[in-house]
Amino acid sequence: MTQSHSIAGEAHGSLRGYVTGFVLSLILTAIPFALVMVGNGSTSVPEVGIFIERNVQVTEYVVDVSKAIILGGIFIAAIIQILVHLHYFLHMDRSSGQRWNLMTFLFATLVMAIFIGGSLWIMFDLHYRMMGSA
Amino acid sequence: MTAHAQSIEAAHAADHGHHDVQESRAFGFWLYILSDLILFSALFATFVVQMRSFAGGPTGKDLFDLSYVAGETLLLLLSSAAYGLAVLAMQEERGAQVLRWLGVTFLLGLGFILMEVHEFRHLIAEGNGPNRSGFLSAYFTLVGTHGTHVTFGLIWMAMLMLQVVVKGLSAPVQGRLLRLSVFWHFLDIVWIGVFSVVYLLGVMQ
Repeated sequence: MTQSHSIAGEAHGSLRGYVTGFVLSLILTAIPFALVMVGNGSTSVPEVGIFIERNVQVTEYVVDVSKAIILGGIFIAAIIQILVHLHYFLHMDRSSGQRWNLMTFLFATLVMAIFIGGSLWIMFDLHYRMMGSA
Repeated sequence: MTAHAQSIEAAHAADHGHHDVQESRAFGFWLYILSDLILFSALFATFVVQMRSFAGGPTGKDLFDLSYVAGETLLLLLSSAAYGLAVLAMQEERGAQVLRWLGVTFLLGLGFILMEVHEFRHLIAEGNGPNRSGFLSAYFTLVGTHGTHVTFGLIWMAMLMLQVVVKGLSAPVQGRLLRLSVFWHFLDIVWIGVFSVVYLLGVMQ
């Protein structure tokens, strides 16, 4: 019974699956929030006024690096959490019953990548050129 | 009710034709979800293009309260998990438990929407409505579209709870419950994008 397919063609979930998905999602939400709330807060801590100019320069450099790490952390945590949801909540896998669900999903992902990537590419390139010529 | 409760295999064997209908409906609904995802990707792209167009107005750092957003996120995640438990109860043909978990899901979703409405009202009251800047236009469009989806999901959920009470867990009702579960989990996935891109990146700058 637990292994049979449900009437909507969706594989059966289990209590353990939902709990695992929930705990993983909780962790993958806490990480980016903590990164931004703690990490972003600490960047404003250095008292710039008492530093000599060279030190300020160094501090700013450090801030940029930590910003890149935070951005990367947000991005990676979001991607992993989306995969966790797809697997544990939507029960997506590579079984034959899921074949067309997966195919269409991959196609939609391709469309979205072109859509978002293309839009940003054009708009930021345009922005850059407009700034350059102005 | 006992006729339903006997065994799910017997029900499957009895109306295999029905089974196929539910499967193609599930697939059709999945295609709708994917097209909806593409709609959201357009709104995300718009937001990212507009996210620094403050027009001299407030930035995300001035406006967003991350602990409030974390609260909204927790409500939505809990409601997604609660719907999962409703589906498990449905597969065991326990109508009362299905209703209980749907009720929990509904209240958590309602809490999310009320928090969002409160946030929007607060922003607009302070003069930071969608007409303030490109950033806020894009913000209200993206987050508002997600909130509208959640609201329709709640209406749909209320209807289905009524159907469970009136019709019991018949095959069509079970099919509808599963399709709403896909919709509900999908909205939680979109919210991952919203809190990451809109709120976390918004506070970063």
